[in-house]
Amino acid sequence: MSVLSLRGISKTFGAVAALTDIALDVAAGEVVAVVGDNGAGKSTLVKILSGVHPPDSGTITFAGRQVEIPTPAAAHKLGIATVFQDLALCENLNVIQNLFLGQEIRPLRLNDVAMETRSWELLRQLSAKIPSVRVPVAALSGGQRQTVAIARSLLGDPKIIILDEPTAALGVAQTAEVLNLVERLRENGLGVIMISHNMADVKAVADTVAVLRLGRNNGVFPVKDVSAEDIIAAITGATDNVVAQRAARGQEGQQP
Amino acid sequence: MTTTTDRQDERLQSRDGLRGALTDVVERARGGDLGMIPVVVGLIVIWTVLQILNPVFLSSANLVNLTLESAAVGVIALGIVCVLLVGQIDLSVGSVSGLSGAVLAVLFVVKGLPVWLAILAAVVLGAVVGWLYAQLFNRFGVPSFVITLAGLLGFLGLQLYVLGTNGSINLPFDSGLVSFAQFSFVPDWLSYTLAVVASAALFVSGYLHARERRKAGLSARSVTTLAVRSAALLVALGFVVWYLGQTRGVGWMFVFFVALVLVMHYLLSRTKWGRSVYAVGGNVEAARRAGINVKTVFTTVFVLCSTFAAVGGIMAAARLAAVNPSSGGGDVNLNAIAAAVIGGTSLFGGRGSAFGALLGVVVIQSISSGLTLLNLDSSIRFMVTGAVLLLAVVVDSVSRRSRTSHGRA
Repeated sequence: MSVLSLRGISKTFGAVAALTDIALDVAAGEVVAVVGDNGAGKSTLVKILSGVHPPDSGTITFAGRQVEIPTPAAAHKLGIATVFQDLALCENLNVIQNLFLGQEIRPLRLNDVAMETRSWELLRQLSAKIPSVRVPVAALSGGQRQTVAIARSLLGDPKIIILDEPTAALGVAQTAEVLNLVERLRENGLGVIMISHNMADVKAVADTVAVLRLGRNNGVFPVKDVSAEDIIAAITGATDNVVAQRAARGQEGQQP
Repeated sequence: MTTTTDRQDERLQSRDGLRGALTDVVERARGGDLGMIPVVVGLIVIWTVLQILNPVFLSSANLVNLTLESAAVGVIALGIVCVLLVGQIDLSVGSVSGLSGAVLAVLFVVKGLPVWLAILAAVVLGAVVGWLYAQLFNRFGVPSFVITLAGLLGFLGLQLYVLGTNGSINLPFDSGLVSFAQFSFVPDWLSYTLAVVASAALFVSGYLHARERRKAGLSARSVTTLAVRSAALLVALGFVVWYLGQTRGVGWMFVFFVALVLVMHYLLSRTKWGRSVYAVGGNVEAARRAGINVKTVFTTVFVLCSTFAAVGGIMAAARLAAVNPSSGGGDVNLNAIAAAVIGGTSLFGGRGSAFGALLGVVVIQSISSGLTLLNLDSSIRFMVTGAVLLLAVVVDSVSRRSRTSHGRA
């Protein structure tokens, strides 16, 4: 049973067809990795789902009924939360202030006790390793910041959470931390769409991998049945490609 | 003993009670989060030096004068704190304050309108100026630096135009406005009562907050810490009231300024609007994505700043009992900005507090008053004030760098 399904989604920017006839399904408790080369349409897809751009055609079905997502607020209201690559945190504010930014409890006399309690609940739910919620976000590591950004997106009780390149700028340990977090989201019954370039991460946490190529679907695979090479082949469009050639050359050694 | 929700991480060192609270302050300062420390240290140094140079400086009479002189510039500095918090600047506060004084004088003295109407008109004019800045800033994206630099010259011109051939206009001494600024002092019994009420309020609000936190299973300040804190406040306020009471006492104008500081402190630290001001100063894009209407925040801040400038202009006019073409000129602009920065408000946005304006303006006025007592020329005063501003900005930049390296930026 999928929570979110897209059918026939197309989007053009001027003369460029960014997305053509895209289909995608995400079930509750499923991690779907969306992979593709630069310009494959991943970002456009994220923007359509988060309400930044409306699609030109196609249908979006959410929790069994057809919906439209004209604005980011509409996406939020439906229960689709997006964590963008740059996280969009205010470094001068502490963790609580960032989590509740724009949706503070009791606007005219802030209820910081309730907000702190709820912050701890969210962070515990993610088994997050943040020692204190009263430190400014500037004091946190990259992985901890990602945690804060994800925790913030959980505030509205979303059904689907979209992570845009969650491990792009992180070290080894921090990447592992974020991958644990993704698994925790799955255990909590959320549908996760993870945009990624990193095959190791995709293999590690995703259940399904959807490949985009030049704005079209180029295969949806269950992760356990497919090798990283097959995914790369689907991304680049052929088994005989630049990457494979390089790999082959590398194996032969440095012969002229 | 059970561990509170926010103290479960084993990496956290336990810091309870009074000693813990003090250790926290020291740790934070080491990491470059200086807060009010530079301004307090600066104030002590300046007061010591000036007292040695001229024993009259710390006399009750001079300090009473100092508080009265501080109020007008302090109110203007309060507005500057707001614009600096969102990472912008208003260079025209001096001109706007002068213009507001001129409008007040012309309407009240020349046209003979009731004084409240003249005050209202001047304040509304200030608000309109701020709204105009915000429109230019939001719609055309012109840097606030340039908009307000244009305003600096433009509104100075308007001030001269409004004053016209009158040149200097004297406000009648028997008007309520002038007597409020010059002769109204809080009676002794009331000042002591206010001091007691303030420290009691600090204790009660702290106690209720701590109780609410304990009920929610969070760590809270101990009753001892709270009691010591309000006792310290009581002693400090009591001493100030007693010492100023040796001569004329605490002026109502200064009380008015302190009240504005308290209101702004509440708005900035305890409301959603205040939170959004800090957020916009920290990261505009993040604030926008969090659903904050960034343009509205900029508009409110610019309007607030110009309105405070207008109010400050009225207070300055009342204090001088006159308005002339040089009202709001000279060092008013720089003093207000310097007061905000010296009070710990960062020029880089997102950092600072309303109390900074209070402490900063006391520093600035101390320098100005001390140098006047020494019979030094305004040339020297300008140079010293400039140097102090420069020092404050350097401290701001260095502590920012230190915060970055200690992960507290």
